Amino acid sequence: MSTPFGDPDASDLVCARCDRPLEMLKVEASYLGQTFPVELPACPTCGFVYVSEEIAAGRMLKVEQALEDK
Amino acid sequence: MDGDKIKAWEALCIEEQPPACAAACPLRVDARAMAEKMAAGDFVAAMAVYARAVPFPAILAHICEHPCEAVCRRAEAGGAVRIGALERALVEEAYPSIRRAAQRARKPKTIAVVGAGLAGLTAAFDLVMKGHAVTVFEADAQPLDRLHRDYLPAVLPPSAIAADVGALMKLGVDIRCRQRIDPPSLDALIAGHDAVLMAVGPGPAAAFSGTLLLNAAGRIDVDRQTRATSHPKVFAGGLHDGTEEAWSAIGSAADGRRAAGSIDRFLQGASLTASRGDERAGTCLYVNVESHTAVPPVEAADPAAGYGHAEATAEAARCFPCHCLECVRACPYLAHYNTYPKRAVREIYNNDSIVMGNRKSNRMIDSCTLCGLCTELCPNDLAMGEVCLEARQSMVERGHMPASHHDFALRDMAFSRSDEVAFARHQPGHERSAVLFFPGCQLAASAPGQVAAVYRHLTERIGGGVGFMLDCCAAPAHWSGRTALHGEAVHRIRTVWEEFGRPRLVTACSTCLKLFGEFLPDVPTSSLWTELERIGLPDGAKRPAPKGPLAIHDPCTARHAVDVQAAVRSIATSLGAEVRELGGAEKTTCCGYGGLVSFAHPEVGNAFADRRITESDDDYLAYCAMCRDNFARRGKRALHLMDLIFPDADDPAARPDPGFSGRRDNRLRLRRRLLRELWGESMSDPVPPVTLVIADAVRADIERKLLLVDDIAEVIAEAERTGRKLKDRTTGRLTASGRIGTVTTWVEYEAGAAGFVVHRIYGHRMQVEAKP
Ligand code: SF4
Ligand code: SF4
Ligand code: SF4
Ligand SMILES: [Zn+2]
Repeated sequence: MSTPFGDPDASDLVCARCDRPLEMLKVEASYLGQTFPVELPACPTCGFVYVSEEIAAGRMLKVEQALEDK
Repeated sequence: MDGDKIKAWEALCIEEQPPACAAACPLRVDARAMAEKMAAGDFVAAMAVYARAVPFPAILAHICEHPCEAVCRRAEAGGAVRIGALERALVEEAYPSIRRAAQRARKPKTIAVVGAGLAGLTAAFDLVMKGHAVTVFEADAQPLDRLHRDYLPAVLPPSAIAADVGALMKLGVDIRCRQRIDPPSLDALIAGHDAVLMAVGPGPAAAFSGTLLLNAAGRIDVDRQTRATSHPKVFAGGLHDGTEEAWSAIGSAADGRRAAGSIDRFLQGASLTASRGDERAGTCLYVNVESHTAVPPVEAADPAAGYGHAEATAEAARCFPCHCLECVRACPYLAHYNTYPKRAVREIYNNDSIVMGNRKSNRMIDSCTLCGLCTELCPNDLAMGEVCLEARQSMVERGHMPASHHDFALRDMAFSRSDEVAFARHQPGHERSAVLFFPGCQLAASAPGQVAAVYRHLTERIGGGVGFMLDCCAAPAHWSGRTALHGEAVHRIRTVWEEFGRPRLVTACSTCLKLFGEFLPDVPTSSLWTELERIGLPDGAKRPAPKGPLAIHDPCTARHAVDVQAAVRSIATSLGAEVRELGGAEKTTCCGYGGLVSFAHPEVGNAFADRRITESDDDYLAYCAMCRDNFARRGKRALHLMDLIFPDADDPAARPDPGFSGRRDNRLRLRRRLLRELWGESMSDPVPPVTLVIADAVRADIERKLLLVDDIAEVIAEAERTGRKLKDRTTGRLTASGRIGTVTTWVEYEAGAAGFVVHRIYGHRMQVEAKP
């Protein structure tokens, strides 16, 4: 399944602990008991997942609200 | 929710009642819709409205007796709208635009109409439009012979008659003139058709006594409601034609329509009487006529020719149009949803009833401020707030309301009730309390210094011990529909009250006062303001009189607290304020905080605040801390009554809104200060985990996004401790996140000389995790 959240530009971000640039990884999103796979930038070593404000206030918020009204 | 209760609520809203003109029109012409379209210059659309109800527009526009004008509500403000003249202007200009097509009946029937008067031809029109085959038999040489005889051509031009009759024939009605129907031929008509309508005058009726029952007056005996005769296949017009009503053109047409309605029902095998709708008379639509200035009718430049286009447009614009909408005009919530209570109640009920699927109205239900203004304005006292509150309770109970709407407010309430903030003590040196001062969580959050000062004053003036209780009345739980949580909080207050020996409660907050009255009715509670009026203000203090007049804003929760309203005005006046009214306490509006709207739907909350603050240029005087701070947040200069009694700033009206983070700090600080200073308890000041530097714009953004500075500090401290953070290689800025409650908070920051500089914050509720 392709990501519902698009491709933010996180190319300048590195994980401070692992000193590795973030890569688009398949991660698991969950809300109100629903779980689904998405692709988001994350640290390939420790798995720190980054959510940009654009995504948090955009498509992620839309999905949250849709699930809330179900 | 209870369906019967919903129906009762719906019935209270009369907005869907017809306007007086339509209710009085025998053909139910919607003159309101027609005039609205004409006023907008769209005569073609107006013609469509008129022709939908009227079978013969050209004829009736000239000769209708317009009973609508006799009841038009505009008569009370300059003169009735000249609806008849509007219709004539409409026909002059837009008659050719009429488009009519008969329905295609699945089983067309044949109908004979005896008599080509207005009644007979109206019935013929209605039945042919339904797809039936209609033949009209007329004894005279031409249809509508009476109209030719009774009206001067200047009043009713023969060309108008010809146009309408021609249109009727084009629809397929077969009109046969010089065809006198005698009793044997009536029997033949009955045998050869599915139904027969006798639309004949009084003269010929007697001849048909063999087939049809006659009444005492020698006319065909017809049922008032259905126009049925003694023969099941035969219907008759004529009640208004001598026996019961005087003849009128519009009455004849309505007579024919009523008979045609029965014939159609008869042909379909349907009940002749069930829910006919044409029995309706009168209306209970409320219209606030006083709110309209009087405007006289437009006089046509050439009375004989009638209105020209511009004149008709201007006259049509005199139609109000009639609506109630008293509540909608005053309520930014209903206006935002572009609805009115009758429709809203139904929508709310439907949303509540959905078992599976999308609930589209959740946020709408959570956007009412529960302010009660609609109830004041509604002619039937409909309380939308009650509807919304019940819906919230019902949906919360079944887990159907999104928690996100209110979780910030409930978290704030939990904080106010936590051991970090809440406490209760007898007055120092006392073991009992005659009075228990309950300032309320919002005044404590907005002006902790004034709470301490007024408490000192109360202890000096009231004997028998004045205890102090810092807590929350649990209004957020109540407003959000959390019945159980609210009940638990109320129970705790009751327990403290009993432990303190059942003292009298004195509260500074109108919401606490109202809710205690409702949920702790046996606990004697009074307002700080009536109390201060009784015991007097602290003397000696130098108080500068306020600069300029103050417009007083009553909180919506004090709408009916008449004694409190009076006390506040008298205190303010005694302190030198020139108090001005904003439309009075009873019709006060919500500041935008009520019902938690500012959390569930900030846009609507701001609309309430913004509408209120534009009502006057004077500084506002509030006596609810939330109202004052909300106005300040929206840029209005506003004072709290406390600012007059205990002035602690040069220009208190310019005091900014402390914001949610500031409110928390103020509550914490108040508790520590009082416990330390008055009760001599040792309190250690909390050490913040990190020092933050936050620019004003970022601080406003934090407020807008309902995030807390304390939480941001936690996120940064944790990231610095663990190293779990991201670094931007170009800017050097750091990004960290933490899950606090149901929200993941993200912070973009950098280390600076004075502390961590916060650049950006945001949050989301969804959780994301890399799969192991
Ligand atoms: S003001 Fe308009 S809507 Fe009201 S009764 Fe008169 S014509 Fe009808
Ligand atoms: S209670 Fe207040 S906000 Fe709610 S519908 Fe009535 S006037 Fe509007
Ligand atoms: S005031 Fe509002 S609720 Fe009451 S009848 Fe009018 S439109 Fe309906
Ligand atoms: Zn890492």
